[in-house]
Formats: sequence, structure tokens, C-alpha cells
Amino acid sequence: MSLHAVLRGNAQTLFDNIENRFDDYFGGADNPLRHLGALGLYFLWILVASGLYLYTVLDTSIDGVYSSIDYLSREQWYLGGILRSLHRYAADAFVLVMMLHLVREWAHGRYYGFRLYSWVTGVPLIWLAYISGIGGYWITWDRLAQFSAIATTELLDWLPIFSEPAARNFLAPDSINDRFFTVLVFIHIGVPLMLILGLWAHVNRISRVDYLPSRRLMLATMISFLALALLKPALSDAPADLALVPTGLRLDWFMLFIHPLTDLSSPAAVWTLIFGATILLFALPFLPHPQTQPIAVVDAANCNGCARCHADCPYEAVTMALHPDKPGHRIAVVDADLCASCGICAGACPSSTPFRSQEKLVTGIDMPQQPVDEMRRQLEARLAPWGNQAGTPTPGKTRLVVFGCDQGADVRGLDAADTAAISLLCTGMLPPSFVEYALRSGADGIVVTGCREGGCEFRLGMQWTQERLARSREPHLRGLVPLQRLQVVHASRGDGGLLAAAVDEFRNRLETPGPQSIRPPAFSRRKIHHA
Amino acid sequence: MPKPAAIAGQIVLYGAFAAFIGYFSTAPTYKQIPDDVALIKLSMSHLGGRDCRKRTAEELSKMPPNMRAPLDCPRGRSDIKLVLELDGKSMFETVMHPTGLSRDGVSTVYKRFEVKAGTYQLAVKMNDNLVNPGFNFIKEAQVTLKPAQVLVVDFNPDKGGLFFQQSAANKL
Repeated sequence: MSLHAVLRGNAQTLFDNIENRFDDYFGGADNPLRHLGALGLYFLWILVASGLYLYTVLDTSIDGVYSSIDYLSREQWYLGGILRSLHRYAADAFVLVMMLHLVREWAHGRYYGFRLYSWVTGVPLIWLAYISGIGGYWITWDRLAQFSAIATTELLDWLPIFSEPAARNFLAPDSINDRFFTVLVFIHIGVPLMLILGLWAHVNRISRVDYLPSRRLMLATMISFLALALLKPALSDAPADLALVPTGLRLDWFMLFIHPLTDLSSPAAVWTLIFGATILLFALPFLPHPQTQPIAVVDAANCNGCARCHADCPYEAVTMALHPDKPGHRIAVVDADLCASCGICAGACPSSTPFRSQEKLVTGIDMPQQPVDEMRRQLEARLAPWGNQAGTPTPGKTRLVVFGCDQGADVRGLDAADTAAISLLCTGMLPPSFVEYALRSGADGIVVTGCREGGCEFRLGMQWTQERLARSREPHLRGLVPLQRLQVVHASRGDGGLLAAAVDEFRNRLETPGPQSIRPPAFSRRKIHHA
Repeated sequence: MPKPAAIAGQIVLYGAFAAFIGYFSTAPTYKQIPDDVALIKLSMSHLGGRDCRKRTAEELSKMPPNMRAPLDCPRGRSDIKLVLELDGKSMFETVMHPTGLSRDGVSTVYKRFEVKAGTYQLAVKMNDNLVNPGFNFIKEAQVTLKPAQVLVVDFNPDKGGLFFQQSAANKL
């Protein structure tokens, strides 16, 4: 195993552990670590909204730029001051969640294959965020702005891009004029607009994007910013004075860490670091990585063009086209570049029902590495010795089928004489008819487990499964299946103990006489030996 | 987890988030230079000289009337030699090259030097046409630098060539 793989694995374990701990307090839907991208977008909207107000009151003259901003904090603290603080803290939080998002996606190995596009389009956004953030600090034109402007231009001057040193613009108090801040404001508006455009491209290839986090998460982070704005309002330093070197700077380390880093090393070292990191991020998808899985395959004869796979695919990899053999019908088409090989489409296909009598079950859209037919064979092989028995299970003889997820808690360890554990590519691959089929063919109860809320490797697998089992999404679980015999458990990687405890608790519940004793009618599949 | 405990945990974690953002947005403070140090910024942007030849009357008569420039100058500019001395000791010495593929652009320099606050004899010497020996621009003065003060050494023909610039009150 390479050093990179070891590092990545350890980082993933660290993230998983922290996220699981956070789940205890926040729950999956409100866990900030599980919604870093959406949080970043939310912070960006706060920046846009607060920035619009700041723009309207900003005086871009050399004399007015400092006083117009400082006035907000000192005199109009209740509105302008709070908005200025929100602007500052939302920007810092944006950078924080952006970097965490980057590291988390890397740790989960989400940078190659079908995710290459999102990864590559995300890298320039880091540059845009920092250009916008550093430039924003200059607009206040206080000592910190002076320091950052000089340090940035000195850093830029190391590159052979200007015929004259850009730092000469800040040599003496009379070096800059009113026009400078007008240009600066336009850059500070233009670059974030490019950032928004880049973000649109970044999420362009995924469906049902979380543009905003949950309301609770938005409210809680907003309260945090407001508390900061009141307790520690963003204030300007003394006005810029180019005749003096600013000292004792209250530096924003999220945005401006690059300046001390340059002082500590050299412009050459910093540019090497910046360009090296950028090239590395771009190159990462092309470095050795785990082999990509086979993609979904459509069977024209069995695809009825219902478009459920198209609706459920989290990555818009399935589109609908005219059926080549059936005039007036449509057929699913899989885009190889976008397919995540998750199998959620197979779970959405109404033809993926094990009740079909064909010896070889061929469905409309399937995964070559784990066909639906293989799932049925595996299930039938485990159900056969159990037979069909009605009534309340005898203690110690309760037979459970556990459908799990390769990405979540490992279910294979639960496999025993009275427990059939079947692991799927993603829990979203499970057609609800398999639950009914197992219950009617000898199982006493079904456990469906997948990643924790907000932690699905393929974004929507667990959500779709729950909706299908709750009969609110097609293909839904039929009404004759008593929900008391079904248990859904959220268990991510490393949650094996939690899953085992949930299975034991469910087994005990089934063994207690009560409403859960109701069983669906027994069923034995009639087998036809042709396709 | 019981709801009160979860809510308490959320308050602690959101508080930690706010504290983390709030602290690192202004702290720890950063000092670019020590307290007793001043800065000398040597920066200039200047076109080097050219070795021009005066055209003879015969040459001029052969030229179209609208192109009879009295001097024949090459496109390229001379390198510029620059020396900065503090209390008689050489602090910095460089030869600035013209920018541009045809070496016809300005020669530039931007350097900053940290020096202890105090009084110094500062001298700058420049030769902007290396065909000639020595230095054709020299500026020398006693300067007093206060802590954190910036002294700019620049060149502007309109200001008499080389000049030193401190804060407005101490302009030299």
C-alpha cells in the first residue's frame, strides 16, 4: 500500500470518527461536517448579501474609503457594523469549510473516475476565494490593508509578469489615488461573480444539489456569526500610512497567512508551494488510484422506459432516449463518464423484482459486478433451508435477512445460521420487492442498513431506500408487507457494534408476541427455464 | 443521546466554532519587523541612457525632410548601475537591465532593507549609461530613522534625479 493510500485511509478514519461523534449531538441532517459544501454556499450568500450593503455605503475616494467603513463599525454598529462583521466572519468560515471540504473529499477518495470533473473544477475556486478574500481586506485601507497590499504586490513582483514592480504603487502616501479603490471594488465584486460561476460548474454534474444546508444548521451558524459580531465586532486598524511599517497587526490567519509565510521563507518558496499544491491537486486524479468499477448496463428488452433510474441517479448519468426496437418507447442510456457504479438505478428499476419466474432474472438496468439475478440466487440459497413457517418466531430461531452496503457497516460479520447477510454496492441498489420476497419465502424479519444520514457514499442511496420502503417513492414496498417486520439501521463504516446491537434488539422484538406477529402470505416462486 | 445533552453539546460545538473563527480572524498579532527597526525601500524605474551619434549634414540631406532627426540612437537602452551605501559601507550594489525583448524598456529595482533606528549617512549612486565611467547621479545625506519609519530611495528626473522620501514632515 502506498504512502498516499495510508495517509488517505487514516484521514478518512479520522473524519469518520469525528463525524460519527458529531452525529450524536447534531444528527445526520444537521451535522455540519456532512454538509460542508452546502455550508460553504450558504456562507457565500451571506457574503453576497452583506457585501451589497457595504458596497452601497462605501466611499471609494482615498480620503473616504477608510472613514466610510470605519463609520459603520463605530456609529452604525447596529446595522452596518453587524453586516461588516458578518461579512468578515462568513468569509473566514467560508475558507475554513472550503478547505475542510477539500480534505474530506480527498480522504474519501472522491477525486477520480466520475468525480474527476467536480474535483478539477473545484481547484480554481480556491484561488478565486483567496484572491477575493485578500483583495477584500485592502478595501478598508487601514494598516492591515496596507500591510497586505504591500506584501501581496511584493510577492507578485517575484513573478515575471509586470514590467515595473507593482509594489511601487505603495511606496509613499502620494503613490495611490482615488481610482485605485474603484478598481479594487470592481475586482472584489468581479472575482466572487467568477467564483459563483465556477461553483455552478463545480456542481453541474450532480443532481439534486444541496444548495443550502438544513434550516437548523443555517440558523445555528448565523447565530454564531451574530454573537461574534456583537461580542467581537470587526473593526479597522489605524488608517494606512505608507510612511510607516505597520506593526502589531491583528492578522486574519484564515486569509492572510500567506504573508507571514512569505516573510518566514521567501517569495520563491511560497510560489513553489502554491503552484506545487495546485499542480498536485490537478494531477491527483491521474495518479494511481483504486480501479473504477464496471458501470450500469441497460438491457433493451427489459427496459420499459419508465425513467425511474433517470429520476433516482444521483449523478445524472442516466438519460432517456428513443428505444431502438420499440417505436414510441424510451430507453435508459448510461453515460460512462458520469456513472458512479452505485447500482441505485438497478434498485429503482421495476423489472428488478425477484418474483419474476424466469430462471435467470434479467432487469432493465443492472450492475455487471453484482447483477440482480445474483442477488436473488444468493437470497434464495440462504432462504431455502429455512422454509416457510408462519406465526411468532421461536426464541433462538428467528431468521433475519440483513441487506447492507459495501460502503457502510460491514454486514458480513453478522452472517450466521439464522441470519443471512447480503452486502450490496449501495443500499440504494435494493429493490423493495426483495424485502417482500424474503419475508414471504421464510425470513422472519428484514434489516436494511446503510450509511448514516448525510453520509451516503453515493449521496442519495439511503434516502431513496427509506422513501421506497416508506411507500413514498417508486418502486415502493407493497402494502401487504407489515412494516413491523422491517428495521432500517443507519450504520456507517466502523459502526459494526451499533448495527449488531440494533439487529439483536430487532430480533428480540420479533420474538415478543404482538402486532409484529403478522406475516405476509407465503410465496414459492414458479420457475421457468427460459429468459 | 438525550435531547438536553445533545442541545448542550451543540451549544458547546457551535461556541467552539465561533471561538475558533473569532480568535484566528485577528490573533495572534503579527509583527513584520522588530520594534526598533526602520525600513529603507530602494525602488526606481528608469530608462537607461543610449549612446547616440550626431548625424552629419550630408546624412541629413539624404533623408526625407520629415525624418531628419539630428541624432541617430539605437533602440536598446544601457544597463544601469546602482550602489547604496550606509555609513560609507556598501549595502547593496546591482546592475539593472532594461526590460523588453529589444532591451528598450525601463530598468527597475525594488528592494527593502531593515536597519536599526538611528542616524546614518546614506548615499546612493547611479550610472544610467554604462558607456560612461563613474556615476552621473549621486545623492548623499544624513538621515534619521525612527522605529517603523519607511525611507524611500527613488529616482525622478523632475525632482532632480535621486531623492530620499520619508514621511511628509521629514522630507529630505
